[in-house]
Amino acid sequence: MIFKGKVWKFGDNVDTDAIIPARYLTTSDSRELAAHCMEDADPNFVVRMKPGDIILGGENFGCGSSREHAPIAIKAAGIACVVAKSFARIFYRNAFNMGLPIFESRELGDAIREGEKITVDSAKGTITVTKENKTFMINPIPPFMEKLIADGGLMKHISRK
Amino acid sequence: MGNTITEKILMAHTALKKISAGQLINARVDIALGNDVTAPIAINEFQKAGGKKVFDKNKVALVLDHFTPNKDINSAQQCKAVREFALKQKVTHFYEGGQVGIEHALLPEQGIVLPGDLVIGADSHTCTYGALGAFATGVGSTDLAAVMLTGELWFKVPQSIKFVVYGKLQKWVSGKDLILHIIGRIGVDGALYKAMEFTGETIGKLPMADRLSMANMAIEAGAKNGIFAPDAITREYVKKRAKRDYKFYTSDADAVYSDIIEINAGDIEPQVAFPHLPSNVKPISKAGKVKIDQSLIGSCTNGRIEDLRIAAQILKKRKAASHVRLIVVPATPAIYKQALKEGLIEIFMNADAIISPPSCGACLGGHMGILAEGERAVSTTNRNFVGRMGHPKSEVYLASPAVAAASAVLGRIASPLEL
Repeated sequence: MIFKGKVWKFGDNVDTDAIIPARYLTTSDSRELAAHCMEDADPNFVVRMKPGDIILGGENFGCGSSREHAPIAIKAAGIACVVAKSFARIFYRNAFNMGLPIFESRELGDAIREGEKITVDSAKGTITVTKENKTFMINPIPPFMEKLIADGGLMKHISRK
Repeated sequence: MGNTITEKILMAHTALKKISAGQLINARVDIALGNDVTAPIAINEFQKAGGKKVFDKNKVALVLDHFTPNKDINSAQQCKAVREFALKQKVTHFYEGGQVGIEHALLPEQGIVLPGDLVIGADSHTCTYGALGAFATGVGSTDLAAVMLTGELWFKVPQSIKFVVYGKLQKWVSGKDLILHIIGRIGVDGALYKAMEFTGETIGKLPMADRLSMANMAIEAGAKNGIFAPDAITREYVKKRAKRDYKFYTSDADAVYSDIIEINAGDIEPQVAFPHLPSNVKPISKAGKVKIDQSLIGSCTNGRIEDLRIAAQILKKRKAASHVRLIVVPATPAIYKQALKEGLIEIFMNADAIISPPSCGACLGGHMGILAEGERAVSTTNRNFVGRMGHPKSEVYLASPAVAAASAVLGRIASPLEL
């Protein structure tokens, strides 16, 4: 898979309360959740972002609650993928289980500014910064997780077995 | 080479004869939990995948505790969807209305989760049950759906960090202070993907309520699970509650740890986690003068009878400061009844406290205690992220029930020793 998009940069420890505040968890409707995506980290995010854009996080992205509403909100808002230095473990599971592409890169975050365009090539395992033509490696995805993605998420994976 | 307790419990739930950290496994699940926020998505996924019957009606727990008593029409709809599913599936452990308690206080109390179990819950604080010597971890709704369908789930066997805690706890210092101190020391991702195994002489003497508070907050250090070796205290706790067999596992002497961290508990004062991370911890003597608008005593971290007793000891014949809303949330109906019997509820009411029914509402900024812009709360809960308990410009300070009670009286963050 290849994702080309503009980067929205966030800091370390972006928690699931910032991604989708609990006050909106009285629904699991993906469009309603998408309308409040990243609201407590950046209230204008959903207004300014465009489908196909990419979220760039720091360490421990998605920490806190297990709410799957967080990756659902990000995906439904039209974000192509999330790149971070590291992911909190439940968010990591949820993203693979429900089909939000996520990638770990330790170097990318410090090397680029918000608004720059990048190309993520999951097959090659690279991220290229369009303007400077600099390339960074993505941490390899474990084969099992690749299988999950190829099958279209956890439920399709287990139905296939 | 030996195994840790976490590895042993995981292995016991597979057909494997050997297991080591980093390995991907499929394991059988003993109890799978969902609540009114996470179960609706799981039920939808279960049905979409053609699910007709849950794998075992005795191994699914559905607890309507987050936006209950129903906050609004949307939350009522979510509860209705879960209720219909639970009744149709004849789920044994379905709790709502006057029987509902905060899930992570309720399940151990009712003997639904037991030592040696493998428990998953679509709620991050599922790690609480590690206090009983179970492997328990929070997952998402799709994971819960997969377990309801198959009774199994994939896991990566975590590495373990061993915490060796020694020394005598000072007055008013509890398990909550220990875990806040540990998170302050290792950071909110200090145990990312790992198991936190709590050991040492201080832990051996620690009451179950304190162990439950500590295991509850393992996730705040990024951990997959927190775990305590079961002992006589565990046996005493579970023997009157268990309605099925359970098993005690312990780590081998030559088990492998990614890190061993020693903690001198005797040095620890009551701790306060300042906004907006649970790792932003200071000892109470360095908290300064922080005026508060609300004090919340409750939650899956600190809403047990032992917590209420400590709060009542401090609040007896005292009143909350006039500008402070003091909210007390007994975590389960049994705790509520016990608190009534012991006269604790009367003490709280005489201190001008609001008594809330068991609910997660206030902790996650759902309902029943929301903060306005610029307001500050001291809270015995587990998270102080931006907007966690209300307005994005409100602040949450995490502390023990003793500190929350003393702070309510003095109207600012305070140690019980100041009273």
